[in-house]
Amino acid sequence: MSDLPLLLLMIVVPAVGAAVVAALPKGRDEVAKQVSLGVSLVVLLLAVLTTVAFDTGGERFQRTSSWTWIADFGVSFALGVDGIALVMLLLIGVLVPVVIGASWNDELPERRSMTAYFAWLLLLEAMMVGVFVATDVFLFYVFFEAMLVPMYFIIGSFGGPRRQYAAVKFFLYSLVGGLIMLAAVIGLYVVSASELGAGTFAFDALRQLEIDPGVQKLLFLGFFIAFAIKAPLVPFHTWLPDSGSEAPIGGSVLLVGVLDKVGTFGFLRYCLPLFPDASRYFAPFVLVLAVVGILYAALLAMGQSDMKRLVSYTSISHFGFIALGIFAFTTEAATGAVLYMVNHGIATGLLFLVVGMLIARGGSRQIGDYGGVAAKAPLLAGVFLIAGLASLALPGTNSFVSEFLVLIGSFPEEPVFTILATVGIILAALYILLMYQRTMHGPARGVLLQEDPAEPAPAGGGATATLAPPRRSLRITDLSRRELAVAAPLVALIIVFGVYPQPLLELIEPAVSATMSDLGGTD
Amino acid sequence: MFDAPDLSFTALAPLLFIFGAACVGVLVESFWPRDSRHPVQLAVALVGALGALVSTLLLAGRGEVTADGALAVDGAGLFLQATIAGLGALAILLFAERALDPARSAFVASVAVPAGSPRDRELLTSPQVQTEVYPLATFAIGGMMLFVTSNDLLVMFVALEVLSLPLYLISGMARRRRLLSQEAAVKYFLLGAFASAFFLYGLALVYGATGSVRLSDIRAASLAEGTDVLMLLGLALLIVGLLFKASVAPFHTWTPDVYEGAPTPVTAFMAACTKVAAFGAILRVLYVAFGAAEWTWRPLIYGVAIVSMVVGSVLALTQTDLKRMLAYSSIAHAGFLLTGVLGLGADGEGSGLAATMFYLLVYGLTTIGAFAVLTLVRDGDGEAGHLSQWAGLAARSPLVAAVMTLFLLALAGIPLTSGFTGKFAVFRAAVEEGAWPLVLVAVLASAVAAFFYLRVIVLMYFSAPAGGADGERGPTVGVPGLPTTVVLAITATATLALGIVPGSVLDLAEQAARFVG
Repeated sequence: MSDLPLLLLMIVVPAVGAAVVAALPKGRDEVAKQVSLGVSLVVLLLAVLTTVAFDTGGERFQRTSSWTWIADFGVSFALGVDGIALVMLLLIGVLVPVVIGASWNDELPERRSMTAYFAWLLLLEAMMVGVFVATDVFLFYVFFEAMLVPMYFIIGSFGGPRRQYAAVKFFLYSLVGGLIMLAAVIGLYVVSASELGAGTFAFDALRQLEIDPGVQKLLFLGFFIAFAIKAPLVPFHTWLPDSGSEAPIGGSVLLVGVLDKVGTFGFLRYCLPLFPDASRYFAPFVLVLAVVGILYAALLAMGQSDMKRLVSYTSISHFGFIALGIFAFTTEAATGAVLYMVNHGIATGLLFLVVGMLIARGGSRQIGDYGGVAAKAPLLAGVFLIAGLASLALPGTNSFVSEFLVLIGSFPEEPVFTILATVGIILAALYILLMYQRTMHGPARGVLLQEDPAEPAPAGGGATATLAPPRRSLRITDLSRRELAVAAPLVALIIVFGVYPQPLLELIEPAVSATMSDLGGTD
Repeated sequence: MFDAPDLSFTALAPLLFIFGAACVGVLVESFWPRDSRHPVQLAVALVGALGALVSTLLLAGRGEVTADGALAVDGAGLFLQATIAGLGALAILLFAERALDPARSAFVASVAVPAGSPRDRELLTSPQVQTEVYPLATFAIGGMMLFVTSNDLLVMFVALEVLSLPLYLISGMARRRRLLSQEAAVKYFLLGAFASAFFLYGLALVYGATGSVRLSDIRAASLAEGTDVLMLLGLALLIVGLLFKASVAPFHTWTPDVYEGAPTPVTAFMAACTKVAAFGAILRVLYVAFGAAEWTWRPLIYGVAIVSMVVGSVLALTQTDLKRMLAYSSIAHAGFLLTGVLGLGADGEGSGLAATMFYLLVYGLTTIGAFAVLTLVRDGDGEAGHLSQWAGLAARSPLVAAVMTLFLLALAGIPLTSGFTGKFAVFRAAVEEGAWPLVLVAVLASAVAAFFYLRVIVLMYFSAPAGGADGERGPTVGVPGLPTTVVLAITATATLALGIVPGSVLDLAEQAARFVG
């Protein structure tokens, strides 16, 4: 088993799956769904196998393999995985089958085919895996940019009413960042060519470079802007609420759960080790952005009336915490940040899913259109509550561990920023609980309220019938078995990692320490 | 006395092939019976172009100066000749498409008939097609192939005229919207004549300054005597003439009008092949003749590159006609190409030459493909070029929309398409020469450019179909005949393949990137 090219398979299998699904004739939706689910489960299996075979005390990058790709540019198709990338692979492995299950009966805009949706999802999965396992900067860049195309079509073809606007905004924001990064990637290559004699994109070789501080700053900014747009940090964030709210639910989950993590992953993998001096130089600025983001996005989240936008803003706030943990430059905080990346994917992913299930029932994204749902749909409300509590990092849920680690790890280095960030926790409790309370409790109201079927009126009694007001009650079905099956794994993970995060921490910590030693760490 | 120049016929084989085919084409036009002339002309033109392509490939690896120093048959020249011949063959296939237009051809049957006259209307329904366009295009291809190997400013000027004159003519031959086409031809001719005059004047001044029109002699003179005002003035005028042909802003004003008015297959031909030829000549003049005086022109090209990228990308945003949009996109791409041109050291070393040649090849293939898709979408009055008419195209013909999307993504430079490889190559070359501010402008311009490419994709995929609501019929998507199908298959495959596995072609460009002279 150790000889299997697991990482390559994790890219190839969903890519081939996407081609197969796309080639299915129209109207074979059932087959498409089953093939997609099967493929995504295979990827999960591969991710688990990789994890089982991963030696936490071993080399930083494991399962490395490299093939020459474009010799003229010094580019290799080089794959490898460290602890940080590995937990992201697990997250992808879990979220994609969940998303496929959740999208099973989605109602798509007219003239859109279900097969195309699933094909794009699988292609996106292949690209996402590629981004995390690439150990060649050029290859990383290729996946980073190519990932936009499937997401663009997922938002633009299958999203909400303003999907065109959201899709284009998403694409352009990411592309601008990506192109600036391209300039920096080329710059890095040229620096490596002058230092090593031959240009290379191999991460391990680039890590050893001694880059002039002035050049470092420019290159750092090139990478940083791209990642800050992707993550997104305030003030590069305005695309996320649009994309997050207009994308179909499956797209939103993957967008916020995984795609945006590429930004924070990029900080850790590329910005810090490659440009240590520049990272230290710019860290105060980044921390300001992070803390401003935590507070500002939390305040905006409270002001939202649209549930999907609200969840998008909470994510921006959470990304502030992750950035804080990364740029505090302690192993503890950065470990917390990576754990946060996973936990946020699970918690916010579930929150998006359950919000999507509610929206699927009521057809409206407005908080004001719902009320008192818990009485008729206790399961839905229960899952909603768990997702919400995980999102606000209640002790006992997974997010608590990571948030606590980030704060406790950052405090010795950056007390002021950490204290300010703590305010964000209180705001988080407000925006989540307010949304929960308004939609799930209180008097029954909103779009789900319908007149009860009129009791058989007595013949000729038309006049009396108009006198009594019609009885109205909520028309809502509770979670179906399929929906429960979709939510259950995430709920289980929230609780398991809430009480026992150790396995994840063991995977993450060595890679984070290695990153910090590249940086000339402080602890 | 008059000495016969030494001629290496082997090295001249590509040129002999293409000009031979052009001459045969003229004879066929005069003597072959009209009824069966079309297939014969097509065959002659294709044999000429493909023969030239094959002979350049057989010559690969040579580097010699022949014809008494007037021609430099070197790696770069051969690579560009092969590119021109290949792209030219694809364009000729587009000329030959007869299944799309109900009038059986994109070209007017008889150019001399005034537009709108009763005879003109008669011709619209007659089965007669015109065939003069094939020898004309063959001559243009020949001129372009001569252009990129000329080692002598005078030969270069002759080649410039040989390639330009047929283009002026065939720009005015559109079957539909004839007045627009004729206006385009006149505009192109007038401005093109101006540009030729600039080139000629520059040539005269350079001759005055250095006493020679041979590129190597000019280089020697500039090394020996330094640069004087006369020579710089001459160089500036030469560059203006060449930048005009390459449609680089601010010498681009003709491009949108001519691209819009000319028959679409001709636009494809111009956009792809003329660009290759013009950049081949720019590279040769700048580096072979004036490489030693590099500091004089580098700032100028630097500035022009920025202007071209910005003007092309920004003005394309405001276009509502696809042909005009692609015209502005070609201006922006000319700017990107100039970043590659700047990626060479003073002595012509550096990866810029290979990068520019590769870019020219991939841009040419993609742009021919994009224009070929344009010929498919039609309404009652010919091609439906207005953006709004493309709304919802994906629902009606998913395949056409997918192919167009591929080309647009390549033009925008998204990874895994050939456009990205090309952009990466030229940007890398420029950064290696320290031109990173230029590259920064280039990436930002690419981002702006991505917006208008994306807009077409949005329209095709995410918008409700055109027409529909008010009972009007939207444009139809024609079923292409064999020639256009072949072109689309080749260009789409190449666009994808050169994005995913560009290694061998990059190698080829790298090996070919040598100037002699």
